[in-house]
Amino acid sequence: MENITKKDEQIILQKQDILSAPLQRRSFLRYAGAGAAGIALLAAGCKKDGMMIDDSAGVNLGSGDVGILNYAYALEQLEAAFYIKVASSFYSGITEAERSLLTDIRDHEIAHREFFKNALGSNAIPGLEVDFSMINFSSRDSVLGTAKAFEDLGVSAYNGAGVLIKDANYLTLAGKIVSVEARHAALIRDLISNGSFANSEVIDANGLDKSRLPMEVLGIAAPFIKTKINANDLPKS
Amino acid sequence: MNILNILEEIEKTDAEVYERISPRRKAMAQFYGFGKKVALASIPFALGTMFKKAYAQTASTEVEAVLQFALTLEYLEAEFYTKGVAAAGLVPAGAALGAITTIRDHENQHVAFLKTALMSLGKTPVSKPTFDFSAGNGSNTGPFANVFSNYDTFLAVAQTFEDTGVRAYKGQAPALIGSGGVLTAALNIHSVEARHAAHIRQMRKARGANIKPWITGQDTGIGAIVQASYAGEELEDQAGIKITGINGQMISASAATEAFDEPLTKAQILAIVDPFIV
Repeated sequence: MENITKKDEQIILQKQDILSAPLQRRSFLRYAGAGAAGIALLAAGCKKDGMMIDDSAGVNLGSGDVGILNYAYALEQLEAAFYIKVASSFYSGITEAERSLLTDIRDHEIAHREFFKNALGSNAIPGLEVDFSMINFSSRDSVLGTAKAFEDLGVSAYNGAGVLIKDANYLTLAGKIVSVEARHAALIRDLISNGSFANSEVIDANGLDKSRLPMEVLGIAAPFIKTKINANDLPKS
Repeated sequence: MNILNILEEIEKTDAEVYERISPRRKAMAQFYGFGKKVALASIPFALGTMFKKAYAQTASTEVEAVLQFALTLEYLEAEFYTKGVAAAGLVPAGAALGAITTIRDHENQHVAFLKTALMSLGKTPVSKPTFDFSAGNGSNTGPFANVFSNYDTFLAVAQTFEDTGVRAYKGQAPALIGSGGVLTAALNIHSVEARHAAHIRQMRKARGANIKPWITGQDTGIGAIVQASYAGEELEDQAGIKITGINGQMISASAATEAFDEPLTKAQILAIVDPFIV
């Protein structure tokens, strides 16, 4: 019921946006000067700034604990897609040990992704479209560098989401996953530079790991996810 | 002890932290100025007084119990690594000693952080127990009697401490629901212990142990005395969902158990560390 209401609200908001759009567009064109190229540029600029785009557009993660689970599901989709690509054609010069470890991590991330999909059931967001055009999958440096960024980000995401979760069982589940992500992060870091498993890039002077709130995490992940994600309804505290 | 970081961390989960401390935000400006003037060593005390006022009324006995329990475990780890680093000829110089020193420093920081957190809630931190790292309950002739003279024994005990620490924090998280910054801090320690565990496991792997950075099944091989640290890790189901082969994916039973770490209760943890505490 809640979902249907939410969708209805979105449709209404989008309709309102369509109604007000022509006026905005006209005033833009007034300043656009001449030439189709100028108009196209301006249109692109508008889109980037979200000036004519409704804030509620995109895949809505939902609210409450379901929203947080969908948020985790989105991140696990990203990680799983990455390691599937990595394992489908390993970088050149990979050792047997690295091949085995990265294959393990791929399987863990798929397990996480599928777990959230099933746990969420009809509340699950659809499959997200990823963008890995920035990654050179034949380069060890590029693959491990990206893996490190994703794993550290995942750890900080779960750490930051804990306080937003209301249900004790969901909090425990998030805890069961985050320590595995931390094991991944440590291993990947050690593959890049032995001994960097918990260095000062990630651990502060109190011996604490990082935590990030969803908006910050999604902002960092955004270049790798084509599908627009709407996290507006996630719990704020 | 980076006090401004602590405040920033808390602000992330409790936007009103500054308001709690003082109804007027400008009071914080005074505090920042104050922090620059006092000696670093006295900051925890100043912080403690400030937090006591801000949170004392909301701190439950349950939250205190979690923090005291965590402090006891951190005392155990901190002293273990402190002795390990100090034991001549135990940890090979270079990368190994560097890693163990890093971990030692984190555990000491956790002790200091938890003490400060407790004092800031107006509570008295528990004292450090006397430890017997041979797991002999005070005899110092337990199964790990050579823990500070045999490097492999030392690493094996380190691994169980780290993996057990991960399970301990995980098990306590639900008791911290509603505690805001305390829960986040506990989670931020929890993942550090997991990073340590992964590294220690790789160190043992390099010495010939058949082991991965993650826990496969019940991960046997260290000794019956600590096997309880791994009991339950063989779980293949999560929230009633079978992970092995989930949705037709090629997820093996091993991968299914590795993908999720399992919590332990406080009673289970205390039973595990009992032989190490006199």
